[in-house]
Amino acid sequence: MTEATFVEAVNRTLAHAMREDERVIVLGEDVAEGGPYLVTARLAEEFGRERVRNTPISEGAVCGVAVGAAQSGLRPVVEIMFIDFITLALDQLVNQAAKAHFMSGGQLSVPLVLRTQGGSGQRNGAQHSQSLEAWLTHVPGLKVVMPSGAGDAAGLLMSAIADPNPVVFVENKSLYFRKERVPDPPEPIPLGQARTLRKGHDVTIVALSRLVEDAMQAAERLANDTGIEAEVIDPRTLVPLDLETLAQSVRRTGRAVVAHEAVTAGGFGAELAAQLQAAAFDYLEAPIQRVGAPYTPVPVSPPLEDAYRPGAEQIITAVNIALHWGEYDVEPWEHGAIA
Amino acid sequence: MIDGEAAGRLLRTMWRIRLFEERVAQLKRTLVVHGLIHLSIGGEGVAAAVCGQLRDDDAVYSGHRAHGHAIAKGAPVDRVMAELMGRVDGLCKGVGGSMHLVDAEHGFMGATGVVGGNLPMALGTALARHLKGTDQVSVVFFGDGAVQAGHFNETINLAALWRLPVIFVCENNGFAEFTSREEHSTIERVSDVVAPYGFARETVNGSDVPAVYEAFGRFLSEARAGGGPFLLECLTYRRRGHYEGDQQRYRDPAAEQEWSERDPIARLTEHCFDDDVAAEIEREAATEIEAAVRFARDSPFADPGIVAELVYAK
Repeated sequence: MTEATFVEAVNRTLAHAMREDERVIVLGEDVAEGGPYLVTARLAEEFGRERVRNTPISEGAVCGVAVGAAQSGLRPVVEIMFIDFITLALDQLVNQAAKAHFMSGGQLSVPLVLRTQGGSGQRNGAQHSQSLEAWLTHVPGLKVVMPSGAGDAAGLLMSAIADPNPVVFVENKSLYFRKERVPDPPEPIPLGQARTLRKGHDVTIVALSRLVEDAMQAAERLANDTGIEAEVIDPRTLVPLDLETLAQSVRRTGRAVVAHEAVTAGGFGAELAAQLQAAAFDYLEAPIQRVGAPYTPVPVSPPLEDAYRPGAEQIITAVNIALHWGEYDVEPWEHGAIA
Repeated sequence: MIDGEAAGRLLRTMWRIRLFEERVAQLKRTLVVHGLIHLSIGGEGVAAAVCGQLRDDDAVYSGHRAHGHAIAKGAPVDRVMAELMGRVDGLCKGVGGSMHLVDAEHGFMGATGVVGGNLPMALGTALARHLKGTDQVSVVFFGDGAVQAGHFNETINLAALWRLPVIFVCENNGFAEFTSREEHSTIERVSDVVAPYGFARETVNGSDVPAVYEAFGRFLSEARAGGGPFLLECLTYRRRGHYEGDQQRYRDPAAEQEWSERDPIARLTEHCFDDDVAAEIEREAATEIEAAVRFARDSPFADPGIVAELVYAK
């Protein structure tokens, strides 16, 4: 175990994968220079610019090159610098990568990883701060991974690179410089295994990516202030989803809050809530509460962006609504869970 | 120069494609063949002359008008027919269909229904081969309509930058779906579009099979040696509508008269074959296509359970 930031953990895992398997290549804008967050720093020096390929600002073609390379025996890790730019690569991702195995009757497979990062908090504005993962979960054939810390990022990235399917690996820029103890060398974490970070019997908080740490803070405050014991679970991968771990918890606690940084409406929390209510309906004491961003683009102005970002405060409010459901005359839209 | 043996091989391939597609048009009208069907009648010469020089381990990508390319690359006609009928013995078990044919064993890496989407994928295959150090070549067919898609310019730029062994084969039939070239671009020749990138390019008459064969052969031998990219533009004649069922109100009736001059089969036959020999080649192809129709009709539909099984590779 060594101490590493999220960025260092991803960087070391990429280097490890490239050392272990010569089929692994990295391509994307500025990757040979390390990229804006230095996630790919020093890879070009170690592996050369043939395997660490800088590309023009051509997200569509670059993603398409990765698809073609993947179905011809390589294991490309393609970087889309901001998830906001994934719009330009969606044809290749959605119409080609996700469907090649299916449409060919199983003849082709596309073992590619598309790494990208999203999230607000750095005053980057509406085109560099979004959380668009729900779009990707809507496309059969893609896998979608959203690690909440350095250790999980390393282990999940290893599995993503080894997977025979296209995997979208969504990082969060707010997590990049947080340190954690991580295994060195990295150890694979299977896709589709949720992680329970905190045990509790009063309410289940299912949180994604950056909101996992907020959920932990909310749980500590609830325990300290009111004695409420919240269980906190990070699904880690949205597709495949470890529904059983989530559902078992909700059947035990009878109450659930789902929390993510994306806009609440149409977010992955809606899918989690729908699947959990079907899996645990008879055990629920209150409607499943959703925490997410309001139905607006992300503003730049610091106080406006801070007000926009969901966090521990909103999770505590949602937990309280779930716990006291029926006791008060609270309408769900009054706490911003519905846009 | 094309020799007699090669000319015979190409004529055979063209007849197999021609009769296959004429039969598909009939079967589409009676709903035995399913989905959107785009026929390449008139363009068989390009498919035959290009794919006829490739090995199984060379990759070919195609677009929505793909039957001819798949057959010319070696896909068995009976399994292509079964795929168009949605049967389990189809190349893709019936789940892919006309616009998504794949025959990996013969290097037919796939048709795509999104115009221009195949271009960067072919470059990706060329990249894989370059990094593995093999002499395999990657070829992608596309039409003049794809040239206005963003993927085209992005891919051409990357290919020129990386100098990969990919051969872009444009079948310029003068139409982007229903719209003529004049209405979708001011540039008449696709080979002129790529001129500033500085790689080798050529425009040939796509109905002149020996000309396509020779021009492609030159690019192919350079690509085998690691050269690239190349662009071969073939001026072709789209005999049918954009898809089967297209009313073709946009079509100039006078253009119909060009057909006799532009039919690649008639031209090659006239230059290279006795009528008897050519008729025998046509008869053999007809027999093969009828057998393919019987094979496909006898093949069952797959169990619906395979749909869910095919979403993810294991």
